[in-house]
Amino acid sequence: MKIGALSEIFAGENRVAMTPDSALQLVKLGHVCVIQAGAGAKAGFSDALYAKAGVEVLPDAAAVIAAADVLVKVRGPEVAEAQALREGQTLISFFWPAQNPELLEIVKSRGATVVAMDMVPRISRAQKMDALSSMANIAGYRAVIEAGSNFGRFFTGQVTAAGKVPPAKVLVVGAGVAGLAAIGTSVSLGAIVHAFDVRPEVAEQIESMGASFVFLEFDASELPDGAATGGYAAPSSPAFAAKQLAKFRELAPEMDIVITTALIPGRPAPKLWTAEMVAAMKPGSVVVDLAAERGGNCDLTVPDQKIVSDNGVTIVGYTDFPSRMAAQASTLYSTNIRHMLTDLTPKKDGVIDHNMGDDVIRGATVAKAHEITFPPPPPKIAAIAVQKPKEKVKELTPEEKRAAETAAFKAQTRNQVGMLVVGGGLILLAGLYAPASFMSHFIVFVLSVYVGVQVIWNVSHSLHTPLMAVTNAISSIIILGALMQIGSGNWLVVILGALSVFMAGINIFGGFMVTRRMLAMFQKS
Amino acid sequence: MDYGFTTAAYVVAAVLFIQSLGGLSGQESAKRAVWYGIAGMALAIAATLMGLGGGALPVVIALVMLAAGAALGAYAAGKVQMTEMPQLVAAMHSLVGLAAVFIGFNGHIEMTSVAGMDDAARTALVGLFEQGKGGLAAIIAHKTPVELSILRVETFLGVFIGAVTFTGSVIAFGKLAGRVDGKAKKLPGGHVLNAGAALISLVLLVVYLQSGSTFALLGMTVAALFIGYHLIMGIGGADMPVVVSMLNSYSGWAAAAIGFSLSNDLLIVVGALVGSSGAILSYIMCKAMNRSFISVILGGFGGTTGPAMEVVGEQVAIDTEGVAALLNDADSVIIIPGYGMAVAQAQQSVSELTRKLRAAGKTVRFAIHPVAGRLPGHMNVLLAEAKVPYDIVMEMDEINEDFPTTDVAIVIGSNDIVNPAAQEDPNSPIAGMPVLECWKAKQVIVSKRGQGTGYSGIENPLFYKENTRMFYGDAKKSLDALLPMID
Repeated sequence: MKIGALSEIFAGENRVAMTPDSALQLVKLGHVCVIQAGAGAKAGFSDALYAKAGVEVLPDAAAVIAAADVLVKVRGPEVAEAQALREGQTLISFFWPAQNPELLEIVKSRGATVVAMDMVPRISRAQKMDALSSMANIAGYRAVIEAGSNFGRFFTGQVTAAGKVPPAKVLVVGAGVAGLAAIGTSVSLGAIVHAFDVRPEVAEQIESMGASFVFLEFDASELPDGAATGGYAAPSSPAFAAKQLAKFRELAPEMDIVITTALIPGRPAPKLWTAEMVAAMKPGSVVVDLAAERGGNCDLTVPDQKIVSDNGVTIVGYTDFPSRMAAQASTLYSTNIRHMLTDLTPKKDGVIDHNMGDDVIRGATVAKAHEITFPPPPPKIAAIAVQKPKEKVKELTPEEKRAAETAAFKAQTRNQVGMLVVGGGLILLAGLYAPASFMSHFIVFVLSVYVGVQVIWNVSHSLHTPLMAVTNAISSIIILGALMQIGSGNWLVVILGALSVFMAGINIFGGFMVTRRMLAMFQKS
Repeated sequence: MDYGFTTAAYVVAAVLFIQSLGGLSGQESAKRAVWYGIAGMALAIAATLMGLGGGALPVVIALVMLAAGAALGAYAAGKVQMTEMPQLVAAMHSLVGLAAVFIGFNGHIEMTSVAGMDDAARTALVGLFEQGKGGLAAIIAHKTPVELSILRVETFLGVFIGAVTFTGSVIAFGKLAGRVDGKAKKLPGGHVLNAGAALISLVLLVVYLQSGSTFALLGMTVAALFIGYHLIMGIGGADMPVVVSMLNSYSGWAAAAIGFSLSNDLLIVVGALVGSSGAILSYIMCKAMNRSFISVILGGFGGTTGPAMEVVGEQVAIDTEGVAALLNDADSVIIIPGYGMAVAQAQQSVSELTRKLRAAGKTVRFAIHPVAGRLPGHMNVLLAEAKVPYDIVMEMDEINEDFPTTDVAIVIGSNDIVNPAAQEDPNSPIAGMPVLECWKAKQVIVSKRGQGTGYSGIENPLFYKENTRMFYGDAKKSLDALLPMID
């Protein structure tokens, strides 16, 4: 099949859906790639680079649309683009079908197939094509960089000859992919990072990134079940929201940088950072609102703009963070697209098999063969296993610990004494009946077992194989028995004895020699 | 040479043997310790030969047989591949077992002949005994009736343990060498058959005690041979480390029992040393699988308590370029070898990979699970053979905590010992088994032939983890393809 990448016509969009690298991978799947001239220029990929990777560069969009069986794009199609699609052609791009019903109708009437990258189900198998996550990751990183460029101080605390610099305090609201990326970036820049999320199960992830989780005192029943909504946050109850705002109000004066990333699928962004909180912040502080496109988490956010509040707080409301890092974003997005095409080309023979039985493909396909296939049926596999309430390990008080130790010690003593009494008793009993000659050998035996146990426990684990070989050799000490018998007058005894000497001889020499061979191999670096 | 000198030689030999085992606590001291063992053995044999009465003929026979055995043993020891060590060890156990059976029978024959002697001949033998001469027959003639019954028990035990060791080791050898199907197999009736054979042996012991009948001893030998065969047939391939160390232990106990019957203290001492050594190895292996000794011997894994946790996700494959890129970017690497590495003969390639990575300034270490391979310590020997320095080869307890700070963990041919289900799924058949926590590393590469489950047939969630990449193909070929790409 021919895969064609179009230039983005949306103003300010710098990304591209195919890179020279991803094209190479697509060719491995048996496809042929074409690209519109200049499509990658803004992301730093020249036409020459594409041509070098074997991609045919076509002069304009019309030529690409005419040539390609599968079109790949970043932004969803404009009306004109959608109308240019032909019967049986496939478009892979972001689409936002819920927000764009009229586009969906156009595609349906054209008979084209649309795979919406924003509709890829959130299951682990589909993570490699989860473009929302890869873009959110970039947005989170860029948010910190934007905050830093608008923030007049260091992130990291320093003690310099010119005085002491306190570290910046960063609050990240919403610990999704973007939030976690923002946490990671801020932490690595040296800031003190706090993070908040309505889903308590992400506390562990937040802490693993090096931030501290902002805890709220609440009743578990007030909480929405994060797992039921495919891993996304759900609207919270009024009581919970009130507590949350109270907590933010308390934190606002201390924070230098606030990065908000809270989104609820299919709804406007919740207002979490009110005008009053902005007013409470120190002059020079920065708020970066990653939810600006959906109305913003901050009251004062103006989408696509950077404003400064009356008290000198900068509020960044850009909506194109991924596009601001076009080279990185294009690399990741084109890889997501490439993974999607890998799943669509199961035999790697360049033939697209649009298998609607596959959960991931079915979920992402929003229109096919004059039919709208959105919304998809719920996926068969839940995104996140339902959280089991964790059993708390009870902290033992010092008294309890001591009591447990004493009990363990007593049990050990009881065991040891018991075994000594039983074992000793048995030996004494044997001594009552057995003759002295037996007992003298028996003493040797018991003591040898004791010595053996003590010695063997110290043998290094790595030498267990040589140990077996050497014990093998020395267990051939049984040869002594055979030697004692070989002088017998009975011919049968002599033959059996001689055979035993022969076998033990194999063992003695074989065992010792192979042990030496092995030990000689152990070399120190 | 008189009796006192022989005994003194035995004491020295016993001390040398203990030193030889004790020296195995470190790689360097072990190289010295093996000479102690050799010296002890030479001393013991020389002293016994010198103490031998009855002219030059027995000494000549003994020396000829010994030389023949030595030639064969030296040939085998020089030729064996390190991957074949488990087979060799099992084969050597079977020899000790068979020798114990023969010597036990000889004891029985001597006993019968002494019992058949008239009083005069017996008195003559007792006279010889008091001079420290006359060999075994003299010792027997000297014994009181109670001592004689004890002697019968000892002989009987020696033959029994020896016979079990013999057939058990032969089967273990066959399984390890791939000549007998490695799967657990039992005759219909299962362990009832073993119990039956053991019961018959017990009855025959009573008969033998009463009568000294040769048939009782022969009957028991057949029963014991059957037990050895059937017991080991019922144990599967991956439990072989336990089986081999158990047989190691048995060969020791057989020697000890023979020592009792011959009133030879050196045999008793060495038998006890070897017996307890094998027992401890078995114990360590069982601990490492979180299974009781009984459950390993009786075969099969423990019962599950519920349905196993469902594994979600998919196995993500990676190509050679991808692995090379990961390794070139990594600072710290831990390699986890398993039996699959031995099967693929990939240890040389692994060693070469290690050398290249270390030359590039990366930290490379090996994590060895106690039951990796088919013999305790098997992996260590294979890596040593491939010239991997032993100080970067770590035990499980030494390295398990380092996985979270490791960039790449490479799993080569191991499966159950890296199965996270042991910790995460209380319903798993291997729940509670200590495993190498390689999934905590930033990236895990699993080199594996295909998508199947391991020996135990247990699904391994490791392969489905987000940070796991499957590197399919024969371990040696994959690594050889990888090597030129590492810089």
